Amino acid sequence: MLRPIPDTSIFDLRLSLRGRRLNKLCAALCSPQEREAFKRDEDAFMSKFGLNETEKALIRQRDFRGLIEAGTNIYYLLKIGSVTGNGLYRMGAQMRGETYEEFLATRRLKDAV
Amino acid sequence: MGRIVGGVGLSHVPSVGPVVDRNRTQEPAWKPLFDAYVPVREWLAQLKPDVAIVIYNDHAADFGFDKYPTFALGVAESYAIGDEGFGTRPLPQVQGDLDLAIHLSEALVCEHEFDLTLCQEIAVEHGFLVPMNLCFPHGQGQDEMSGWPVRAIPLQVNVVQHPLPTARRCYKLGEAIRAAVSSYPKDINVVVMGTGGMSHQLQGRRFGYINEKFDHWFLDRLESDPEGLAGITHQKIMEEAGAEAVELIMWLTMRGAARGKRVHRHYYAPMTTGMGLITFED
Repeated sequence: MLRPIPDTSIFDLRLSLRGRRLNKLCAALCSPQEREAFKRDEDAFMSKFGLNETEKALIRQRDFRGLIEAGTNIYYLLKIGSVTGNGLYRMGAQMRGETYEEFLATRRLKDAV
Repeated sequence: MGRIVGGVGLSHVPSVGPVVDRNRTQEPAWKPLFDAYVPVREWLAQLKPDVAIVIYNDHAADFGFDKYPTFALGVAESYAIGDEGFGTRPLPQVQGDLDLAIHLSEALVCEHEFDLTLCQEIAVEHGFLVPMNLCFPHGQGQDEMSGWPVRAIPLQVNVVQHPLPTARRCYKLGEAIRAAVSSYPKDINVVVMGTGGMSHQLQGRRFGYINEKFDHWFLDRLESDPEGLAGITHQKIMEEAGAEAVELIMWLTMRGAARGKRVHRHYYAPMTTGMGLITFED
């Protein structure tokens, strides 16, 4: 059994089951047609996957930290990031509570993106 | 007889894919990484492996949590290039080695008692393709002669949804792969690649965490005392090197399979991941 680690989400079965609807939605985004459907009508797309209102709000608000806490796996989150124009580092900055620029300033070589 | 001729431990950082596809490998931020692979590619060209066994993890592209295998081995003639949510990269499909894959399945399941999930279709993605890109040049054809210069067998490991296999179990799987390759009747040369890591964390307030000291320690131990290193816990890796660094257990599978002396070693950590490289010649 893993002990909690500060400022870290441990993606275990309980979290995975909690995020089941969100992760199923993200899995669909591995198809170009589904990505277009998401962009065309985000709300209809979320309803199709049976998201509850809390989950829908997290996606509408692009609340990446909240989505992780709601059980979205980070590798699934990347697909929502991509379809909404938020790369890994933008999502990461938000999770750290920083602006994108503030986050980049903490890196050794910010051109390696 | 099958023979393991070499092992490679290497990171599979996704941003390498677009950098290769857009011809940006000589940009200052990326050159140090790609330069480190020049001698590795020459070395591999001399070793002339027939097959690469690539130990990697899928990143929610082709494997879903509805049914999630702990260890999944590809048993296919070829492997398609997956779309992991950002489009399909313009790469030739990967030719498998079905005879060896079937032999490995039989030996690993029946003799060595590893209860693998056997997959007739796998679409491979960056966890598999970035290491292939770094180690091998490729053409644009779809066959072995004009696509990738080596056949490949994917071995997908759960390093994402806990509970994960222990580092020791991964190491023992590597030892079993070594024995299984040696009992293969055909004369072929095999290289084993353990991918992922090194230190990185992609979520939570600790996003972007890197621990270079840990990474160097891991490389040292992987070379000098892999048996001892196999006792490392997920807790220790995740606490000291970030949650996603737990991918490093896949390097132990490589090291269980590949013995011999260390040839190359490199480390580069420009952004959010310690990118490690180590090779062994068997």
